[in-house]
This record gives sequence, C-alpha cells and structure tokens, in this order.
Amino acid sequence: MWALRFSRYIRGAPLGGGSHWAGLSLGSRFTQAASGRSDSRQEAAGDPRQRGLVRPRSYRGGVYQNPTWQHVEQRPLPQKKVTVEVLDHLERLALVDFRDWEGVQRLEKAIQFADQLHAVNTEGVEPMDSVLEDRCLYLREDNITEGTCTEELLRNARETVEEYFIAPPGNIPLPKLEGRDTFLQVSE
Amino acid sequence: MLRVSLREISAALKEGQVTPTELCQRCLSFIKATKFLNAYITIAEETALKQAEESEERYRRGQILGDLDGIPVAVKDNFNTAGIETTCASNMLKGYIPPYNATVVQKLLDQGAVLLGKTNLDEFAMGSGSTDGIFGPVRNPWSYSRQYRDKCVQNSHPEKEDSNWLITGGSSGGSAAAVSSFTCFAALGSDTGGSTRNPAAHCGVVGLKPTYGLISRHGLIPLVNSMDVPGILTRCVDDAAIVLGVLAGHDPKDSTTVQDPFKSFELTCFTDASKLCIGIPKEYHAPGLSSETLALWSKAADLFENAGAKVIEVSLPHTRYSVVCYHVLCTSEVASNMARFDGLEYGHRSSMDKSTEVMYAATRREGFNDVVRGRILSGNYFLLKQNYENYFIKAQKVRRLIAKDFVNVFHSGIDVLLTPTTLSDTIPYVEFIKEDNRTRSAQDDIFTQAANMAGLPAITVPTALSEKGLPVGLQFIGRAFQEQQLLTVAKWFEKQVKFPMIQLQGIMDHGHTVSHHQKSAFFS
Repeated sequence: MWALRFSRYIRGAPLGGGSHWAGLSLGSRFTQAASGRSDSRQEAAGDPRQRGLVRPRSYRGGVYQNPTWQHVEQRPLPQKKVTVEVLDHLERLALVDFRDWEGVQRLEKAIQFADQLHAVNTEGVEPMDSVLEDRCLYLREDNITEGTCTEELLRNARETVEEYFIAPPGNIPLPKLEGRDTFLQVSE
Repeated sequence: MLRVSLREISAALKEGQVTPTELCQRCLSFIKATKFLNAYITIAEETALKQAEESEERYRRGQILGDLDGIPVAVKDNFNTAGIETTCASNMLKGYIPPYNATVVQKLLDQGAVLLGKTNLDEFAMGSGSTDGIFGPVRNPWSYSRQYRDKCVQNSHPEKEDSNWLITGGSSGGSAAAVSSFTCFAALGSDTGGSTRNPAAHCGVVGLKPTYGLISRHGLIPLVNSMDVPGILTRCVDDAAIVLGVLAGHDPKDSTTVQDPFKSFELTCFTDASKLCIGIPKEYHAPGLSSETLALWSKAADLFENAGAKVIEVSLPHTRYSVVCYHVLCTSEVASNMARFDGLEYGHRSSMDKSTEVMYAATRREGFNDVVRGRILSGNYFLLKQNYENYFIKAQKVRRLIAKDFVNVFHSGIDVLLTPTTLSDTIPYVEFIKEDNRTRSAQDDIFTQAANMAGLPAITVPTALSEKGLPVGLQFIGRAFQEQQLLTVAKWFEKQVKFPMIQLQGIMDHGHTVSHHQKSAFFS
C-alpha cells in the first residue's frame, strides 16, 4: 500500500480544510489527465503505459493522472450465433417480439458486450446468488395473518366474473413463424 | 422557506413558525410553478392536504409522531402507493392503482410525512437519463439555474429558451429534480446500478444507497431482486440520516431484509480525522473521466489528508467488468421479473384473445417500450440452456470476484472508499439521445454499479460546480451495514466543501412566476 503525499503538488492556490470550493477554476493543471467525455468508447488498447503495466511518470503521489485501463475493442459476433431459429425461439419464450431490425441489432450488440466476460479467469470460483448468502432468510410462522382482500385484488383486473380472473383458452401454443404476425417472418 | 433542510423545517413546525398545511400548500404551488421540469407523474393533492391537516391536528395537541411529521416528501413511481396511481412510467401499468402501500411508503406515512406525489423515472427504472418513460423526460433544474445560465452567456453560447435543457440522470431523475427544485424535503428513489446516486450527482443533491438487506423492498416493483435497494434523496447528509432512521429495519414481508436490530443514530461531526483511513481505488480512473471530476477527486483526497486522515491507494481489479457483469445479471433477472406482466390480474390487457399465449404476447407487445423489450430478450438469450453456463453462471462468478475485491480492501484497514460518482457533469438532452439506452447505461453506471454488485452502502455528496456551472458529486462507499460511519465521513466532507445552493429565480422568464404573496420572511 502506498501512502499518498499530497503536499503542494498542485501549484498555485493553497489548499486546506477551509478551502472555498465554489467557483472552481482548473486552468491547465490537469491537461495531462483524461480528455473530456467522448462518444466512441471502443478504442483499441494502445500505449502500454495507458494500461498501467508500467508505472507512468504521471502518477505523482496523487490520484492517477491517466486512466488505469482502457475499453477493449469488441469483436463482432460470429454469424452462427444469432440465427432466425434462435430469434424465433426467444420470441416464444419471452412472449415479446423484436419489432424490427433495430431490435435484433440491439440483441447482437448486447451479446457482443457480454462476451467481454470471457476474458475473466473464474477457475475455482463459485457463482454468487446473493450478497446475503451467509445468512438465513427469515421465515415467518405458518399462521394466517392477513387475507380476505378478494374484492381489492379483483378490482385491478380487466376481465373478471364473480371471483374469477378470466383468461382466454390455454394450452394453445403460439403459431409457428409462418403463421405469426412477426417481423422475423419478413426477414426470412 | 422551502430551501431549508429537513431538520430546520421540522424545528420550524415544532415551534409553530409554520403549519403543515401552509407548508404543503406552498410545496404544491411550487410544484405547479416548476411543472416544466416534468418531475412528477401524479400529484396527490387531496390526500396530501388531508395528511397535512391531520398532522396539524397532532401538532396542536402536542402529539407528533416524529421528526418527519408534516414534512412533504415525494416517492418514485415504482413504489406501490395505495389509492394513488403507480405506473413505473410504462403503458403496462397505466391506470394501475395498487391496493397496498410499499413498506417504505407505509413507514413514512406512519411517521406523519405528507406524500405530495409520484415522481417520474425511466420506464421500469431502466436507464440512466430519466428520458425513456412514457410521460416524457425529466429536465434538470440546474438548466434553469442562474449559475448555469450566467456561464452560458460568458461562454457565448446562445441559450435558446427551451431546446438545450439538461438531463437529470437516472433512473430516479424525477425524485432528484423534485428535491433539487425545493418542491419536497426528501424523496425516495430506487438504486439497482446507480439509479439514485447518478441523478443525485447531476442535480446537486445527496443520494444514499443503503446496504442491501437493510431497507425493505416489499412494494418496490422489482427490477433485479439481488441488487435493488430503495434509495434516499435529500438536500443534505443529516436529512438522509433522519430518513434512513425511519426506513431501516427488518420487515417480515421482505425476507431478504436482515434480522439484526437497527439502531437509528444521530450524526456527530468528528474532529479527529487521524483515525480515518480513506481508500482511493485506482481503477476508478476510468477512460472518459472528465478532467474536472478528476481534479475534484484529487482535491477531496487532499482535503482528507490535510485533515490528518490516512489516504491510501487501493486496487479493485475487477472494476472494469462490473458493468458487463451487471448487464448480464440485470437482463436475466429482468426477463424473469417482467414475466408477471401478462394482463390477467393487473395492468394493461390486450383485446386479442384467441389464446392465452396470443393475449400475453399482444399485451406485452403493446405495454412495453423498446428498452424493456430489449432487456427481456437479451435476458432470455443469456438464460437459454446453451448459454446459461457461459453467460449467467459466468457473470455470477465474476460477481463473487467483484464482491471479494471489496472485502479484501476493507479487511486491509480501509474505512471508506472515495471515488467519483459520474464521468462528468450532466449533458443536454439532445446530446444524450444520440446513443441508445444500453450504451448510455454502460457508460454512466461505471462508478456506481460495483457497490450494488457487492451490496455495499454508498452515498454521493455534491462537491462543487463545474466550469459550466453544473454540479459534480463524489461518492463514498462504506462497509456493509456501517451506514453510521459512512454518513459521518460524508457529513464532515459536506461541511468542508460548502456546496452552493441552486439559484432558481431565473425561472421567472418561463412565464411561471412564483407569486409574490408567497414570499415571506423565510425566503432567503
């Protein structure tokens, strides 16, 4: 661990516990630091100093002057990953449609983004379900403490009859791709 | 009078300098005056006035319920409130009136707080700009502040009246805007990936994310069950501690709340910083961090060291994977949580009724927007049998690595971590919408997400104004269930930086005049 020494590495105005922060003017003291917000995040890993592999001289006993890591360029998906079969399967499972080509692209970008996980070495690591895994969940006594709110609950449903929620006939699977009104059919 | 802190207004109520109904009415008319911010979806005027009258009666009899009695508060629209429409800014729940109060809402009402209304958000709390709900985007009150407008003139940016307004950040943007524009004294948000702290930093207010398991999630429409927490937004750290004291504690209705008894605390200001150990995680200098935020971060570290605290560089090596891991876990849990919206028991229902499947598909097609549908479909992809091991389980393993990083750091003697909250100050709406929701979330959640992964408490404190005259906040992350220590450090820091109050008199030129008869001696 390094104890950081901050004494006077900022030239100019003296600092201290009572420094007045309003009207902060930065001048050119931090021009070495990361440039302002940029929209394109997918820069290829460049200068090894930027990756923090070599202790850069810009570390002057303060907060790191340069970013200590860079975004990795995302590799495009191999074609076989997202086929029409997979898309159809997803639409059936989720009961939500892709709507248009943008929807499919959104999924492809999401998978591309998630592929970065494979760079992490997780050998021997157990999956974590919850941060409270070392505690027991609370279970109350099996006694009836509340209920009889049938009317209140039925009030929110659109179609009811007496004390029943009405559903259309079940056990009828969604029509296959050819029979559905979905964008995927067009894209075939 | 609306500009004071919760503690001050509570004292004023106790001394009789102002009555709860008067306070409520002023807040309601101020909400009307700031309607262009679009911070509120539903304003519960009648019930608020009734609650204020009941509170006034209690004050008259000298039987007040607590520090929050008579205080106007606002609640994000994904908390269930009995009798008040709860929409989550989605067509799916438009017109839905819950039959019960969320536990946190009930706790506030039991203390006598006056619920003014439900605030705007991203649809189902998915997003980092509060721009994707069906009721439209929320505007940042700082767009209309004198501090920002003066700087615009200085930098010779011709400020067209309405077109270049700034976003609040998200997804609890409405709550942050409500607190920042003085329409209420505290607001509830929810925090899954930074949804409370991000808008708090952009709106110049305090945003607290408590430890996972401290505050009940019963009644909070869930996004990610393993990371969601109700968040608290207030104008100062003291107020956040007061609200936390009311909300924290075990709830039999939420079995993920811990059973340890919670002792509410009074925040003291420490004078001896030498026992404090602040950690500066080096990975939090991420690509894209603005030079201003970096400078403020340095100055803050400097401040602590000059006061005698030990400031130490630490490493959280898996930080860069936190957003990717969140992306997988969030979409997977969302795919599961959104399955409850089928139109049968509540919410929108499609008229197509050939079969249940067709009805569900049509209902969900009509009810969800692109963002929600995109996340559901991605989540289902990651949960497919062929992908489960490679994506979902892998993300859970990475989550453990991230959580272990924090455990290691705190075991080595660090009390509190100091990091930036956002990459830079807020940006105009027209710029924000150039990238899609997922990209923006991935960019904006980078500093706030890891605390949710590990379930740790975190607080963002407004630190200073940027060169554009906009607020920048810094984040403190504490040990699990050590909110007292975290808030003590944050309070000391807040006192040192003396963040300026937003000057909103400039809203006059919008044709919404704060009527003069409302200005009393209390207006500073």
